[in-house]
Amino acid sequence: MEGAGGKPIDVVRACKDTAVTALIAFGLFLPLIGFNTVLNIHNELILQTRWPLLAILVGVIAAGRFVYSVLIAPWLQDSNVWSRPEVSIAGGRLTKWLLPFILGFAVLYPALALWLAGFQGAVKWIDNFGVQILIYVMLGWGLNIVVGLAGLLDLGYVAFYAVGAYSYALLATTFDLSFWILLPVAGCLAAFWGVLLGFPVLRLRGDYLAIVTLAFGEIIRLVLINWVAVTNGYAGIASIPRPTFFGIPFNATDEGFAARFGLEFSPIYRTIFLYYLILALALVAAAITVRLRRLPLGRAWEALREDEIACRSLGINTTNTKLTAFAMGAMFAGFAGSFFAARQGFISPESFTFMESAVIVAIVVLGGMGSLIGVAIAAVIMIGGTEIMRELDFLKIVFGADFDPTQYRMLLFGFAMVLIMIWKPRGLIASREPSLLLGESPARPAHELAKAMQAAVVESKARA
Amino acid sequence: MSAAVFESEPAGAQATPKPERRNAPAVLRVDHLTMRFGGLVAVKDLSFAARRGDITALIGPNGAGKTTVFNCITGFYKPSEGRIALQFGDPEVWSEIERLTERGTRSAGDQKGMLFLLERMPDYLVTQKARVARTFQNIRLFPGMTVLENLLVAQHNALMRASGFTVIGALGLRSYRQAERAAVEHARDWLEQIGLLDRADDPAGELPYGAQRRLEIARAMCTNPILLCLDEPAAGLNPHESAELGNYLHAIRDEHATSILLIEHDMSVVMRISDHIVVLDHGERIADGTPQEIRHDPKVIAAYLGVEEEHFSQAGSGASS
Repeated sequence: MEGAGGKPIDVVRACKDTAVTALIAFGLFLPLIGFNTVLNIHNELILQTRWPLLAILVGVIAAGRFVYSVLIAPWLQDSNVWSRPEVSIAGGRLTKWLLPFILGFAVLYPALALWLAGFQGAVKWIDNFGVQILIYVMLGWGLNIVVGLAGLLDLGYVAFYAVGAYSYALLATTFDLSFWILLPVAGCLAAFWGVLLGFPVLRLRGDYLAIVTLAFGEIIRLVLINWVAVTNGYAGIASIPRPTFFGIPFNATDEGFAARFGLEFSPIYRTIFLYYLILALALVAAAITVRLRRLPLGRAWEALREDEIACRSLGINTTNTKLTAFAMGAMFAGFAGSFFAARQGFISPESFTFMESAVIVAIVVLGGMGSLIGVAIAAVIMIGGTEIMRELDFLKIVFGADFDPTQYRMLLFGFAMVLIMIWKPRGLIASREPSLLLGESPARPAHELAKAMQAAVVESKARA
Repeated sequence: MSAAVFESEPAGAQATPKPERRNAPAVLRVDHLTMRFGGLVAVKDLSFAARRGDITALIGPNGAGKTTVFNCITGFYKPSEGRIALQFGDPEVWSEIERLTERGTRSAGDQKGMLFLLERMPDYLVTQKARVARTFQNIRLFPGMTVLENLLVAQHNALMRASGFTVIGALGLRSYRQAERAAVEHARDWLEQIGLLDRADDPAGELPYGAQRRLEIARAMCTNPILLCLDEPAAGLNPHESAELGNYLHAIRDEHATSILLIEHDMSVVMRISDHIVVLDHGERIADGTPQEIRHDPKVIAAYLGVEEEHFSQAGSGASS
C-alpha cells in the first residue's frame, strides 16, 4: 500500500494507534457519558447507563483516529503544511494584489447589499455587518499603532473608545454642538487622555505595562458607572443627536434628507451614510498610519518595538516616542467612539467592558502585528463571524428548537484563535513591508528567489 | 588568558601612537568615578582620560567593571560618585570644567567648543547632545527592520528636525524629501564601507554574525559621534574578521573626527589597534599607558595570570623575550 508521498502506510501502527485512542476515549467517556444520574418523580437520584451512546462515541473517535493515521498524517508530513516557512515577500505580493479588491468591495458593499437583500433586508446587512465591522477595523488600526508598531501591549484600549463616545454624547446633549465639530474634539480629548495615562506608565515595559493599562481601562469604566451626576451611571446617556448629512437631518420631516432629495423616506439612507462615514474615517486612519510609517517617527516606533535600549543608545527620546504612539492610537479610538455614540444614539458603560479591549487586541494579534490588511481581515473574521452566528437559524433544525448558536460564539472564537496561532503564529499577514528600499541590491529580487527555491523543491521531489 | 597572548604580538609600528597625538587634548575625562550596586562596589575611584583621535582600550579580567564604566559614560547608569566630562570643538573650554561642576548644569561652552558632564544627562541626551555613540556586547540591532532602516533610525534626530517633528514630513514638503535623500546617501556611504551595500534591503537579523557587528558599528557612526564606545567589538569574530575590524577602526579614527573607546578581551586585537590602554581589576585602575608599557607591566600580568607578587619577574621576563 502506498501513501500520497510514495511512502508505504504502516497499517499495523495505525491499528495500534486506533486501539490506544479507543481505550483512552472509553476510559474518559465511561464516567462522563456511560453513567448518567437523573431524578425520578420520587425525587430520588437514579443511576442510568447509556451503553449505546458510549459505544457510538468511542467508535467515532476510533474511526477518526484510524483515518487520521492512515490518510491525514502522511499527507501532512508530505506536504509539510505545518512547518512551512513563511516566505515574507509572497505575503507582501498577496497584499498588493488584494488591496484594490478589498477597497472596491468595501465601496460597493451597500449597493451589493441593496441589490441582494432589497430595501428592507439591507439595513441589517449594512448596519450589523458593514458598520459594525468597520468600527472594529478602525479600532484595530488605531491599536495597531500602539501594539503593532510601537510594541506597547495596551489592554485598556477601550478606555479611549469610551472617552471618545462620552465626549461626543455629553457635549452634544449639553451644548447642542454638531457631530462634525465634536468629531475632532472627541479625538483630541481621547489623545489627551492617552498622553495623561502615558506619562506615569511608559517607564514600564511588557507585562507590567499591560497590567497598568488594563487597570486604566477598568478605572474609566468604573468612573462612568459611578459618576452618576455627569454620566448618568448604568442608565447611560440616551437620545444623543445623530449625525446629519452636512446639516440635513435624516428624518421624515420636510427638511429631512429624503424629502430634500425627492426620495421616499427610509432609514436605509442614514445607514448607508453612516457606512460611508466610518469607511472614510477608517481610510483616513489607514492613510495616516501608512504615511507615518515612512517618516522618522514611524521608524522610531518600529525600532522601539524591536529594541528599546538600542533606541536610547541612538539618541532617541523613547518617552516622547511612546507618548506619540499612545496619543495617536487613542485619537483614532476617540474618533471611533464618537462615531459609535452618534450611530447608536444611546451609550452606557456596558459597551466598554474589558471584553471589548480583548477583542481589539485579538484582532491586532490575529491580523499580524503591524499589517493593516491583516488587521482588517481579522476584524472581518472576528466581528463578521460573531454576527453571522445570529443568522444560522437552520442549525435549529439539526439540533432542536432550543439551540441558540450565538451561545457558542466564544467557543468558536477560541477555536479559531487556536487554529490561527498554530497555522500562522505571527498572524494572518506576518510579513513586514520595509518603509524604504535602497533597491540597489544586484541580487535577484526576493520573489524571484522564492520562486527559484520552490522550483528547486519541486524538481528534487520529482527526482525522488 | 595567558602570557602567550602578550608575547604573540610583536611590537609593531602600529602600536606606537603618532607623536603629535601624544599631546592631543583629552576628549573624555573620567574623575574619581565610583559605582556601587547596594554593597557591591563595581567601580572604585577610577580616573583616566581618553585623548582626541586615540583608540583607547579598557581592558581587565572578567568582572573588573569595564561594562559598568561604559554604562556610566553612556548614561545608562547614574554613577554613585565622580565626574565624567566630554569635550568637543575648541579645547579651551576645558578651563570651564570646575565652574561647570559647581554650577550644577549639564553643559558649558558655545559653538566653538562644548563641554558636557555626562553623569548629569539621561542616556538619550548623551548621544543626542554630547555625541557619544555606543555598541553592545550582545549585538542590539533592530532585527526585523532592514539594514538601511537600521542606519536611518540612527539618524533619527536629524531627520526628526528636518521633518518638522513630523508635520512637514507628513505634508511631503520638499525640504524633508531632500533631508531624507541625504540621510539615505549617508547610509549608503557607510554600507559601502562595511561591504553590505547589496544586503541593504534585507532584514538586519538575517545577516551573518560578523556583518551584524560591522553594521552595529556603522549604525553608531551614523549618529555622527565625537566618541565611539565599543563593547567587545571582536567578540565572536574569527581571526580574519578581527584583523579586518582593526583596519576598519583605524579607518574610522583617521578619516572621521571620532575618538574610540573600546572594551576588548582579545589581547591580540587590543595590542595591535589601540594607542592607549587602561587596565582595570576589581573596579580599580591598575595600569595606564601605551600597549608597550602595558605589555611589560608586572601588575597587569599578575592580574591576568593570577600569580603572586613574587612570581612576576619570571612572567615579566617571559613576556618580554
